[in-house]
Amino acid sequence: MDWGFIFTTSMSAAIGISAIVFCLGAIGLNIQFGYTGLLNFGQAAFLAVAGYGLATTVTTLGLNFWLGIVVGMAATVVLAVILGIPTLRLRADYLAIVTIAAAEILRLTLRSVAFKDTFGGSDGLQQFSDAFYKLNPISPGAYDFGPFKYNEKSWWVIIVGWSLVAVWTLLVFLLMRSPFGRVLRGIREDEDAVRSLGKNVYWYKMQALILGGLGGAFAGFMLALGQSAVSPDAYATNLTFLIYVVLIIGGAARVFGPILGALIFSFLFQFVDVVLDQAVNTGLITFITSTQAAQIRLVMVGVGLMLLMIYRPQGILGDRKELQLDAR
Amino acid sequence: MRADQSMNTSRDAAVAALADLPREPGVSKPDPILIADNVVRRFGGLTAVDVDHVEVQRGAITALIGPNGAGKTTFFNLLTGFDKVDEGEWTYNGKAIQGVPPYKVARMGMVRTFQLTKVLTRLTVIENMRLGATGQRGERVLPSVIRALWSGQEREITERADDLLRRFKLDAKREDFAGSLSGGQRKLLEMARSLMVNPELVMLDEPMAGVNPALTQSLLGHVKDLRELGMTVLFVEHDMDMVRDISDWVIVMAQGKIIAEGPPHEVMADTRVIDAYLGAHHDQSLAEIAEEEGLDVAGEILDTDGGVQT
Amino acid sequence: MVHWSVTRVIAVIVAALGLLGTVAVVSAGPASAEGEAIQGTLRDLAGAPVVGVTITVSNDGGFSDSSVSDAEGAWAVEVPGPGAYSVLLDEDTLPDGTTPPTVNPITTSADPGTPRFINFRLGERERNVQSRWDRAAQLSVEGLRFGLVLALAAVGLSLIYGTTGLTNFAHGEIMTFGAISTWFFNVNLGINLIGAAVLGVITAGVFGWAQERGLWRPLRKRGTGLIAMMIVSIGFALALANTYLIIFGGASRPYADYDSQAGIEFGPVSLTPKDMISMVIAAVILAIAGLALLKTRMGKATRAVADNPALAASSGIDVDRVIMVVWISGAALAGLGGVMLAMTQQVSYLMGTQTLLLIFAAVTLGGLGTAFGALVGSLVVGMLIQLSTLWINPELKNVGALLVMIIVLMVRPQGILGRRSRVG
Repeated sequence: MDWGFIFTTSMSAAIGISAIVFCLGAIGLNIQFGYTGLLNFGQAAFLAVAGYGLATTVTTLGLNFWLGIVVGMAATVVLAVILGIPTLRLRADYLAIVTIAAAEILRLTLRSVAFKDTFGGSDGLQQFSDAFYKLNPISPGAYDFGPFKYNEKSWWVIIVGWSLVAVWTLLVFLLMRSPFGRVLRGIREDEDAVRSLGKNVYWYKMQALILGGLGGAFAGFMLALGQSAVSPDAYATNLTFLIYVVLIIGGAARVFGPILGALIFSFLFQFVDVVLDQAVNTGLITFITSTQAAQIRLVMVGVGLMLLMIYRPQGILGDRKELQLDAR
Repeated sequence: MRADQSMNTSRDAAVAALADLPREPGVSKPDPILIADNVVRRFGGLTAVDVDHVEVQRGAITALIGPNGAGKTTFFNLLTGFDKVDEGEWTYNGKAIQGVPPYKVARMGMVRTFQLTKVLTRLTVIENMRLGATGQRGERVLPSVIRALWSGQEREITERADDLLRRFKLDAKREDFAGSLSGGQRKLLEMARSLMVNPELVMLDEPMAGVNPALTQSLLGHVKDLRELGMTVLFVEHDMDMVRDISDWVIVMAQGKIIAEGPPHEVMADTRVIDAYLGAHHDQSLAEIAEEEGLDVAGEILDTDGGVQT
Repeated sequence: MVHWSVTRVIAVIVAALGLLGTVAVVSAGPASAEGEAIQGTLRDLAGAPVVGVTITVSNDGGFSDSSVSDAEGAWAVEVPGPGAYSVLLDEDTLPDGTTPPTVNPITTSADPGTPRFINFRLGERERNVQSRWDRAAQLSVEGLRFGLVLALAAVGLSLIYGTTGLTNFAHGEIMTFGAISTWFFNVNLGINLIGAAVLGVITAGVFGWAQERGLWRPLRKRGTGLIAMMIVSIGFALALANTYLIIFGGASRPYADYDSQAGIEFGPVSLTPKDMISMVIAAVILAIAGLALLKTRMGKATRAVADNPALAASSGIDVDRVIMVVWISGAALAGLGGVMLAMTQQVSYLMGTQTLLLIFAAVTLGGLGTAFGALVGSLVVGMLIQLSTLWINPELKNVGALLVMIIVLMVRPQGILGRRSRVG
C-alpha cells in the first residue's frame, strides 16, 4: 500500500471539481433545506438547467459564453418558479415527491432522442467551455502545492470554484444574520406562526427556493466547465442525495457546514476508493473485485447517511442542544 | 399593574356599552370591530361552523365559549384566513376580509395565537419577539445583505421587544431557545410576540390551556392589560370560570352555531348554555363522540378544536 | 429510554446482505459486471429470443467490435472505456418476418465500471398493421398489468405512510429484494418459478418484518422526526441498491422458467400465459388485501390507525402490532410486485429504484395514506404510461405520468380519493 499516494490523491480530491460542485450545491440546499426547511429533492435539476442552459446557448445556438451563463441562471430562476408555484403551498413531503419527479422529468427529457438536436441525447453537449479556459492566466503545466497535484486547467477551475464558494458563503452569512434570515428560520420552525405575524410565507419560500436554486446553478456551471461537457445522467437523483449527505455531514443551517461537508466527503470518498483499490490490487483483499470495491463506497455513503441522520443529525458543526428541542 | 383608576374606566366603559343590549344570539353591538354573516364551513357531510350573524365590540374582552367540538377554533381559523369558508362574509374595521390570506389579515391588525402554542423552538426568545415586528426593511432580500440599512430599525424593534419581555416577565429568558420554555411561558411568549405586530384585535385561542395554575392569574392579568392598552380581545375558552373573571361579553357556540350571548354571569345561568355543555356529550363514550365529529374509522379527520386547516 | 445501538442498524443491513450473499456465492453469473461493456437481449414482441443477429458497437475514436445474439438472444460487446458509442443492428441478419427496430443505430454512453444495456425494439410490425383502436386495446391490457404491479407496491407504501407517517424511499428496494430472492430460489436452487416466487414473497415479508423491528420501530420510539426518518430511508435505499449491485451484478437476468412464451391472441390483444396468470394472481391478492382491510378486525384497526393513531391507541388498538402487520404484508406485496415486474423486464438491481417514482406518483394521485386511493392511482398511472405511447415517444412515457401527477397535485392536493385532512 502506497500511503503517500493515497494521501495525496485523497487530499487533491478534497479540493477538486466534485468537491466544489457538492459544496456549491449544498450551499444552495442549505438555504432551502437547512434554513427554510424546504425539502427540495430536485437540486440536481437546478444543476442541470444551469449546465444545459450554458451548453445549449453556446454549443447548440452558437452564442456568447457569458450569455450562456445568464441563460443558465435565468433558466434556474424559471425552474424554481415553476416548481414553487404548485408545491410551496403543499405539505413538506409532497414538495419532496414533486421536486424529485421534476428532476427526473427534466433528465429524461434532456436525454431523449426527441430533443437530441438541442440537448444531445444521452451523450450530452460539449465544446462550450473554451471562453472559460481562455481566461486562464496560468501557463500550461503541472503544479504541485503540498499534497495537491493538478494541471493548469484544473487549478483554474479550482481557483474560480472556491472563489465562488467564498462569495456564496459570505452571501449566506449576510442573509442569515439579517431579519430576512430570521423569517426563513421561523418558517422552518412553524410556518403558520410566521403567517400569523403578517409575513407572506409563500413569497419567502419562493425566494428561498430561487436563491438556493441559484447556488445549485453555480454548482451546475462548475460541473459543466470542470468536465467541459454536460451529460444527462450526471444529474440523476443520486447527485441530489449526495448533496444532502454533504450538507448533513457538515451541519445543516450552519454557514460553514457545506464547505466542511464537501471537504470531508470528497476526501473520504476518494480515500475509501483508493485504499480498497490498492488492497485488491496488492492482494490484501481477495474476496471482492476492484469494480465491487468502487460500488462498496456507495453502500457506505448510504449507511453513513442513515447513521448520521440517526446519531448526529446536526452534523459536525451543529449544536446538539439546539436540535434536541425539535424532538417530536 | 396599572393604576386602578384606568382599569376601572376601561372595563366600566366596555361593560356600560354592552349593558343594555338584548341577550340574544347575533345581537348588534354599538361599535363593532368585527362583523360576520352566514359563515359556513363543512367537512365532508358535516357542518362544523354555521354562524348566521355575530358582532364583536371594539375595546371589550369577548369570550367565545362552547363545549369541545363546537367549532370555535374552526371559526377562528376561518376569520383569520387560515381556513377557507364554504360560504359567508365578514368585515374587520368595515373592510370585507373573507378570502384575504392570513398574513394580510395580521398586517391589518387582527392577530391571533394558537391553541397548540406555536413558538419557534429553535429561535431564541428575543428572536421570536423581533420576528413579530412588521414592516422590517431587513426582511426584504436585497436590503438584508447590508446591515446599515436595517440596524437602526432593528435597534428600535429590540427595545420594544425588551419592554414587552419585561412586562411578561420573560426578560430572564431573553437568550434562551424558545423550545426550552415551559408550556405557560410559551403561552406568554406567543401573546407577547403577537403584540409586536401592533394589533388592534387580539384573538387568543385557549390562552389558558395547559398552563399551570400559578401562571393562570398572571396570564389573565395580561389579557386584561390588553384592553387597558386600547386593544380588543376575542378569546376562545371552554373553562367557564376563567371566562367569568375577565370577559365583558360572552358568545356561546354549540355544534357550529351561536346559541347565546350576554354578560358572563347571565350567560352562565342560561339553560341553553348549560344544556350545551352538559347535554351534548354528557355520557357518551369517546368513540361515540369521535364518530359524531367525523373521526370514525373510514371517515374524516375533522378539525374539531385544534390545529389549523390548510 | 429505548436501548438502541449502531449494531441494530447494521444488523438489519447485514441481514439483507446475508440473504443476498448466498446469491453471490452460488451464482458465478454469466454476465458479472467487469469493466465497461454494452450489451442487451434481443427479443421480439412476444418475448421470444431473436437469434443470430449481428450487432456492432463503435465510437468516434475508431473502436469497433461486434457480437452475435446467442440462443437466449443475448449479446455483449466489451468497450475500451466510458464514453459515447454507437450501437448498430445489422438488419440483414434479422430472421425473416421480424421488422427492424425503429431506432437504429442507437447512440449511448458507457458508464465507468458498469455495463450499459441497450434494447432494440423488434418485431413491432403490428404498429403499421394495427389500427389505433387495436393498439389502444393492447396497450390498455399492458397498462392494466403494469398498474397491478404498481398497485402491489403502492398499497404497502401508502399504508406505511398512513400508519407511521414515513415517506419510505426504500420501498422500491423491497420490490427488488423480492425479485432477486425469487431469482436465487429459481435459478440457483432450481425451484420452479411458482414455488420460488412464493418463497421470494415470504422472504420479502421477512425483510419487512426485520426493517420494522430493527430500524423503523426503534427510530419511532427514539422520537426521530418524520423528515429525518425519510432521509434515513434514502440512505437505506442507496445502501440496498448498491448492495444488490455488488452481489447480483449490473446485468439484467431472466428467471429460468416461462422466460419466453408465445402470446395468445384475444381479438386485437396478445397476451402470454404468464402475463394472464400473474395478472389474475395480482388482482386476486389485491382483492383479498382490500377485503381484509374492510372486513377483518386487523384491517379495521389498520384503517383506524391510519386515520388517527392517537385515537386508535386510546381506544385499545395495539398500534405497534398493526404497524408490524402493515410492514410485513406491505413488503410481501411489494416483493410480489417485484417478481411480476421481473417477469416482463428481467431482474436487475435497479428495477425497484426505477419504479419508485411511479409508485409515488400512483400513491400521490390516489391520496397519500389511503389504500384504495393507491390502488386506483396505480391503475391510472399504469394505463396512462402505456396509453400515452399512442401519442408520445415511448422513451418519454414516464415523463407524461410524472407530469400528470404534478398537475393533479396542483388542482387537488389531496389526490383523487384523498380527503382534505387536518394539517398541523
